[in-house]
Amino acid sequence: MMTKLQTLPAPDKESAGAGTPTNHRKPRKARESRGTLAFSRAARSKALMKHAILILAGGLMIYPLLWMVVSSLRPNDLIFREPGLWLNSLEMSNYTDGWSALTHPFGHYMLNSAIVVIGSILGNLISCSMAAYAFARLQFTGKKLFFGIMLLTIMLPFHVVIVPQYILFSQIGWVNTFWPLLVPKLLATDAFFIFLMVQFIRGIPKDLDEAARIDGAGHPRIFLRVILPLMVPALATTTIFTFIWTWNDFFGALIYLTDPDMFTVPVALRAFVDSQSATSWGSLFAMSIVSLLPVFLVFLFGQRFLIKGIATTGIK
Amino acid sequence: MSAISELSSLTKRKGPVTAEEKKANGRDNKAAYIFLLPWLVGLVAITIGPMLMSLYLSFTDYNLLQPPEWTGLDNFIRMFSDARLHNSLGVTFTYVLVGVPLQLAVALLIALVLDKGLRGLPFYRSVFYLPSLLGGSVAVAILWKQIFGTTGLVNQALAMFGIQGPGWISDPSTALSSIILLHVWTFGAPMIIFLAGLRQIPVMYYEAARVDGAGTLQQFWRITLPMLSPIIFFNLVLQIIGSFQSFTQAFIVSGGNGGPSDSTMFFTLYLYQKGFGQFDMGYASAMAWFLLVIIGVFTAINFIAAKYWVFYDD
Repeated sequence: MMTKLQTLPAPDKESAGAGTPTNHRKPRKARESRGTLAFSRAARSKALMKHAILILAGGLMIYPLLWMVVSSLRPNDLIFREPGLWLNSLEMSNYTDGWSALTHPFGHYMLNSAIVVIGSILGNLISCSMAAYAFARLQFTGKKLFFGIMLLTIMLPFHVVIVPQYILFSQIGWVNTFWPLLVPKLLATDAFFIFLMVQFIRGIPKDLDEAARIDGAGHPRIFLRVILPLMVPALATTTIFTFIWTWNDFFGALIYLTDPDMFTVPVALRAFVDSQSATSWGSLFAMSIVSLLPVFLVFLFGQRFLIKGIATTGIK
Repeated sequence: MSAISELSSLTKRKGPVTAEEKKANGRDNKAAYIFLLPWLVGLVAITIGPMLMSLYLSFTDYNLLQPPEWTGLDNFIRMFSDARLHNSLGVTFTYVLVGVPLQLAVALLIALVLDKGLRGLPFYRSVFYLPSLLGGSVAVAILWKQIFGTTGLVNQALAMFGIQGPGWISDPSTALSSIILLHVWTFGAPMIIFLAGLRQIPVMYYEAARVDGAGTLQQFWRITLPMLSPIIFFNLVLQIIGSFQSFTQAFIVSGGNGGPSDSTMFFTLYLYQKGFGQFDMGYASAMAWFLLVIIGVFTAINFIAAKYWVFYDD
């Protein structure tokens, strides 16, 4: 079952920069360039055609996003008359108007989101790495069973638990606090991160912790001093994915955060849609851009980990 | 190795447990359970407890104010005659059965083009992957609503060719298609999994095929597709499970009510309305379990069908 996936490289087997498929393609490229002149000319025109198709397809993919950026800088009456990307003037008022259109300045919602995101990241890093250490390195009764349950929870639709979870948290009085969004992360409910880290720890040579054990180190020390420092790439992947998913999380925020004071960015944006008449699309687009900016920045700087995380475990 | 493959490998016995292993088992128990404590608490309090609770609630009438009242199979019988629920099932099935294959086909196609030692791969990969990350956000759903609006980007572009486009989002016959298109647009994540899989196919297979005179198309059907089938299967299972749970896009695009005329009323959206709009928690729980059964059945069908089309090298 899934044998091909089993041969996917573990993240640790690749050196820091060698994670991109291009490096693995080098032998084939070299072989192709050794062909005859006629062959290489045909190959070149074929490659050129591919580039043309890819640039066209890529342009089509990115166009809506570029259009939104440009539209956020246009006067409202022009937005729905301009399919192009050219700008005659910069309309910064969309940003200033949008920033203060709701009861709080938009920064307030970004701060709320930041609190939830940072808490979620810490929660996931601590709880998932601990569980992963146990699953990857320790022998204990019921290990197989627990590991199987953990894998199953990855595939469990969250709707099956959301109703009672809501009832539970509302009875504790946690509706309109960040706790319903943070506590599940502290309790390692994002099980695919456990799985990701288990995979990673399995790639770390066992000799290292055995040497530490001979030196008299217990499990807490081996975990903190040997394993954790070595699994930084897996922790980085977890951090980045948690950031993006939590920042984008709409459903959780929608049901638990009904007080505008507590709104995170996605619910605030939605409130924006409801509160504005159809004439302020510029501001709406402007705040949409603001809300996407952190995700975009994380994408820009964390790409390597994002790609590896997906390629090795299939997380989205 | 994927979670799916790990799960099935767990059922295989690895041979008898030796006395030494048993001793080792005992030694680490305490440490292991301490390390697992957060996860175990979460499993009981956040997952299994609520699952049992929702199973119980699905047999009750409960509105958060009065205590749950046992009604037996009423909620499930109600589902049989709930026309809006049937419609929402249809919408969700359409979304899954059209959106997932379409998205995976595009992902595979682009992965194949990107795979063959092309310059600038990291750049292209980023461009195609970015929508996957942003696609689940409210901001992009808002953008989509505008792009496919009556005066939106799509119709502006069509107008340049003198075509008067429909109000995509406001027309019940096209509203769902635009959400499916949003799903297809986020093909980047499966594309990266395909790229990783293509990298694992030994080059010598292609070399041997070329020596035997196989063309590009033949190589694709005889080598690439069979060798990639476990990964296609993996993507398929993952995407189907995920797509059944889509919510944000439908919620934002339809303004929260599944409109126009329930054409984008996803099952999850209807569940949200019942549970968190009308606080009909018993019915919502029953719906959630129904969803679990549907996803389970689809996954089971996938695994059974896999025997006939997924190829394993060993």
